[in-house]
Amino acid sequence: MNALYNFVSGPLVWIALALFAGGSAWRLWSLVQLSKKKDIYVHEYFSWPHALRSILHWIVPFANESTRKNPALTVVAFVFHLFLLALPLFVIGHVAMLDKALGLSWPTLPEGLADAMSFVVVGACVYFLARRLTVPEVKFVTSASDFVILALAAAPFVTGILAYHQIGGAQFMTILHMLSGEAMLVAIPFSRLSHMLYAPLTRAYIGSEFGAVRHARDW
Amino acid sequence: MSSQPYELVKDKGLDEGVARLTPEKIAKVVGAVLESEGGARLKAYVDTCAHCGLCAEACHFFHSHDRDPRYAPVAKVKQTLWGILDKGGAVSPDYIARASRVAYTECNLCKRCAMYCPFGIDIAYVVGLMRRICHKLGVTPQYIQDTAHSHSATMNQMWVKDDEWIDSLMWQEAEARDEVADLRIPLEKHGAEIMYSVIGPEPKFRTQLIYQAAVIMHAAGVDWTMPATPGWDNSDMAMYSGDYEIMGRLKRSHFECAQRLGVKRIVMGECGHAFRSVHDVGNRWLGWRDEPVPVIHAVQFYHELITSGKIMIAKKFQEPVTFHDPCNIARGMGLHEMGREVARALCEEVVEMTPNREHNYCCSAGGGVINCGPPFRNTRVHGNKVKAEQLAATGVKTVIAPCHNCHGGLEDIIHHYKLDMKLKFLGDLIYECMEKPWN
Ligand code: SF4
Ligand code: SF4
Ligand code: SF4
Repeated sequence: MNALYNFVSGPLVWIALALFAGGSAWRLWSLVQLSKKKDIYVHEYFSWPHALRSILHWIVPFANESTRKNPALTVVAFVFHLFLLALPLFVIGHVAMLDKALGLSWPTLPEGLADAMSFVVVGACVYFLARRLTVPEVKFVTSASDFVILALAAAPFVTGILAYHQIGGAQFMTILHMLSGEAMLVAIPFSRLSHMLYAPLTRAYIGSEFGAVRHARDW
Repeated sequence: MSSQPYELVKDKGLDEGVARLTPEKIAKVVGAVLESEGGARLKAYVDTCAHCGLCAEACHFFHSHDRDPRYAPVAKVKQTLWGILDKGGAVSPDYIARASRVAYTECNLCKRCAMYCPFGIDIAYVVGLMRRICHKLGVTPQYIQDTAHSHSATMNQMWVKDDEWIDSLMWQEAEARDEVADLRIPLEKHGAEIMYSVIGPEPKFRTQLIYQAAVIMHAAGVDWTMPATPGWDNSDMAMYSGDYEIMGRLKRSHFECAQRLGVKRIVMGECGHAFRSVHDVGNRWLGWRDEPVPVIHAVQFYHELITSGKIMIAKKFQEPVTFHDPCNIARGMGLHEMGREVARALCEEVVEMTPNREHNYCCSAGGGVINCGPPFRNTRVHGNKVKAEQLAATGVKTVIAPCHNCHGGLEDIIHHYKLDMKLKFLGDLIYECMEKPWN
């Protein structure tokens, strides 16, 4: 168990980070190359002001018609994404590990708060799951991969909570927590979680088309 | 709801096209189209879509069918290209039979859904790519294919022969001369400021619009001309059937016509899809970033004439009206405010529909759906109950729609849902309300 612990908390972290960073860079680079070859309009009509204006209207909740029409989902989705990004960066355990490995550190979240935020993330996943199973237009386009992705996103938080509360064996849960975190990290560039990488690009493109070519709003 | 069976509407072009398909042919065509045209956008869209269903809210088909999930924009992708991509092109002719109907007749390519997707996924683009595949497979609705043939053979949509075109113009000139003695429809005037271009159905079915345009040009003292050769038609159904080769020929002939005449710019009649073709689609296919000759839509032109005082309004239209935003010039060119300003200059009262402007619902005729002809009339009309409700809620009896297709679509909706309304072009109202200095 100790050897396994050392492996997942040591080399595997670096392997996962490398795959995540390298994979993401490769995905973005190859998409841009492909667009230069086959979708030259994307570059011809690209417009920074319109791209940024569009992104702004979509990262601010309720700044567009679509989020106003779905208030509950909007709140859940925004909180989910915010916490999902903030927790791994500011949770004390991660920063401590980083400090030990590289001597880098920054302010951290109080443990109780981080715990509560993890519950919120898991709650949001349950909400997404329920929505997938009950809202007809979502159910109709749901496939197995959607559940896998949801599980991948939820797993680090579920195991994090269990480990923190020492349920199911602290070391065992910590190992699972690290494994699931690493799995998610690697999955980002190689699954539909890559929407994290592509979203700014697709948004910037449609914002440019709507703004610079069609002279209309896209929100 | 989704439990209702889906019946394939019969259509000669689609049915016979599907009957000729073999799995090998499908795989080959799909492979070739995706290889040459399915690029980064398709990849990013398919990989990014979170299957969240938020785009459903955008679609008039979805709302009109009581939120039947099959009509959600993302569901249209699922029923068309997703299946094909998932199976690497190994889909059956039956799959294509359904996919072609979805692509050609259950989506107006109105791009409203692009405004409701958090990632800005352009489903109209994906549906358009599916049509491209269908076209290459030879599975195209009979009526729109006929139109594409007409474009190909005559460079206009309605199989108007070269001499018939000139005849129609001369006939309208003669008619108008009863009203305005010295009116001309200048043909082939080299170096004129403006080339006026219309869509094929104008000389064929709505010739009085050319009459009215001539009277407006005359009153405003515009230096204009119309071409006597192919290229006069700015319309483009090949763009919607997926026949981009013909689309390119059409746009080239339209612009070359203007260049041959040496005009400064092209003014288009009140049509939405033709504007999309010259501004947004056909030009790109030909590798022109912008139009090689500046093109403006009738709404922009009328706005210019009215605000510059070239056309004076003698009396305003008394009844309250409502203004339908054609997607291709509102969501497609941001002309919604200008259109309203023209309408307000002409009418006492403009009552708004909701939603409106960029968020307006399509008339359900667009994207070539009306051109798929009578077999799909009900698909269109049932698919746009929300538009009928939207129209009825205004309580007015006159709808202004500065787009030919919208007229066709709205007419059918008004008739089917028994609304007591009539349709007008902005040109109709200008002709009716303007000061005619010769009177
Ligand atoms: S009809 Fe319009 S809103 Fe509906 S799927 Fe097509 S483009 Fe999207
Ligand atoms: S809103 Fe966008 S991401 Fe969501 S299902 Fe529709 S296309 Fe996919
Ligand atoms: S016909 Fe009119 S409303 Fe319909 S798609 Fe075209 S412009 Fe839009």
